[in-house]
Amino acid sequence: MTYLNPKIGNSDIEQEPTRKGYGLGLLDLAAIDENVVVLTADLAESTMVLDFAKKYPERFVECGVAEQNMMGVAAGLALYGKVPFVSSYATFSPGRNWDQLRVSVCYSMANVKIAGAHTGVTVGPDGATHQALEDVAITRVLPNLTVVVPCDALEARKATVALGKMAGPAYFRLGRSKTPIITTNSSSFTVGKAEVFKDGSDVVIIGSGPVLYNALVAAAEMEKENVSCMVINNHTIKPIDSETIIEAAKKCKAVVTVEEHQTMAGCGSAVCEVLAQNFPVPVEMVGMPNSFGESGQPEELIEKYCMGIKSIKAAIRKVISRKNSK
Amino acid sequence: MKLSINEIKYKANDIRQDIVQMLLEAGSGHSAGPLGMADIFACLYFSVLNHDPKRPKLEERDRLVLSCGHICPVLYASLAEAGYFMKDELKTLRKFGTRLHGHPHNLSLPGIETSSGPLAQGASQAVGMAYGLYMDRKKSQRVYLIMSDGEQQEGQVWEAIMFAGKYKLHNLTAIIDRNNIQIDGYTEDVMPLDNLKAKYEAFNWHVLEVDGHNHQAIINACMEAKAIYEKPTVIIAHTIPGKGVDFMEGDFKWHGSPPNKEQAKVALEELRTLRGQIDSEHK
Repeated sequence: MTYLNPKIGNSDIEQEPTRKGYGLGLLDLAAIDENVVVLTADLAESTMVLDFAKKYPERFVECGVAEQNMMGVAAGLALYGKVPFVSSYATFSPGRNWDQLRVSVCYSMANVKIAGAHTGVTVGPDGATHQALEDVAITRVLPNLTVVVPCDALEARKATVALGKMAGPAYFRLGRSKTPIITTNSSSFTVGKAEVFKDGSDVVIIGSGPVLYNALVAAAEMEKENVSCMVINNHTIKPIDSETIIEAAKKCKAVVTVEEHQTMAGCGSAVCEVLAQNFPVPVEMVGMPNSFGESGQPEELIEKYCMGIKSIKAAIRKVISRKNSK
Repeated sequence: MKLSINEIKYKANDIRQDIVQMLLEAGSGHSAGPLGMADIFACLYFSVLNHDPKRPKLEERDRLVLSCGHICPVLYASLAEAGYFMKDELKTLRKFGTRLHGHPHNLSLPGIETSSGPLAQGASQAVGMAYGLYMDRKKSQRVYLIMSDGEQQEGQVWEAIMFAGKYKLHNLTAIIDRNNIQIDGYTEDVMPLDNLKAKYEAFNWHVLEVDGHNHQAIINACMEAKAIYEKPTVIIAHTIPGKGVDFMEGDFKWHGSPPNKEQAKVALEELRTLRGQIDSEHK
């Protein structure tokens, strides 16, 4: 089991946005691989690639507000031999340039890494247009593409380096707001290997992204009601770690999925596909309930759209009652 | 591989015959565009490009990116004529198990640089390759980007053109197949493109216009593009869709259809006659 931040549940827990981890990961990677190049479409600062741009100006490519071209240029650079990181908001990339991602990158097996920032309702005040809630759905259907959703800035940093070292196209999802540091520097991260964050026996929460913090707090609170919750960080949505998911389902026989994404076709759906085909158990899904977001503070929006601690606890109670009524 | 102008004329004729036979075998595919571009492809593969069919991944090669993937029969025929694979394989076009897919795929056949089909994607990829060469100060290699004229209606083309203009990618030569037709009709009816020259100039490109069936003019334009610094070059090649086959020439109905057996017979006879005329021109 992974060693987690001992401050989980405390109000003074350190907080950083996952996009910051991306910026640091790029610097780690650039130091060991001279082929790493970074592209952005007029969003260098908010995707946190400015430090890279300053340190390696000759490896930084400003594409202007033109995401379709940016994805294609990245594909061309990759086919030539570079390791390009495409940096923008997920609503635009891979949202607006999905066709280019599909053909120029995935079909061609171009070694392009796509960092989709500003995902989820925690984007906050910018409102629905900028809150990517469909990016996992549209990426995980693409053959050849690895899809990763880091849960905190440390994991985002590790994921950036790991995906950069790995051959083949990859999409990874980042957030705008500061979110709790769940893991530690010594926590392991392997693409394609889900991490058991907490053991338990009555229900398993399988989730991805910073909202896993709410899952961990909900799990701790449920212990007081004598409900033993396992928590799994399913950071790699594709290829999914079926083995860990099936094993956990066999042990707990009830599953709650948690993500800051439409419940349709995201992490929860990926988990359900594994379970339905291998070991069907009752599942409750926590995520964006088939809706667009709106402006507001991240915590207000998380509550309104049912991804807070209360909603996760309600889902746990419901799935356990379904399990027991069988 | 540098052939003489007369040898290139033969190659263009061979490529046209290959195209007609391939399309007949396949029973589907595009006729007009590939035939119209045969002269340009013959010039590229047998004079202009620095390439080695036996070493398709050679790092020092020039790269040809076919953005309008639907005219791939002319690419496949040119690659086969150049020796990338056996000409026999051309018969497998579009058939189950083939390496010659309906639209080109970089991973299936040697000599194919990118996967294309959705228009304009090649423009950005070619620009990306040219930018990579520029980053690495590789001055002797070039990227050749082939686009159709209807393709210019895609917004992504202009994003790529703007990018290449900004970075002054003079190692990039684009060639536009200006044949004035697209699936739904004449380009100027469907969505007018003129004045293409002025548009490219406004994006900081060097613009040349050539007769896309004049081999010497095509080669000269490619040489001029190499000599231009500070700007990418676009060659607007005025071509006749279906060139070489009288009943196809200039008719947009042949954009997306193949010849049937009878039509192919007529077409091949005509092309063989034209080949004979090349002979007599020499003597």
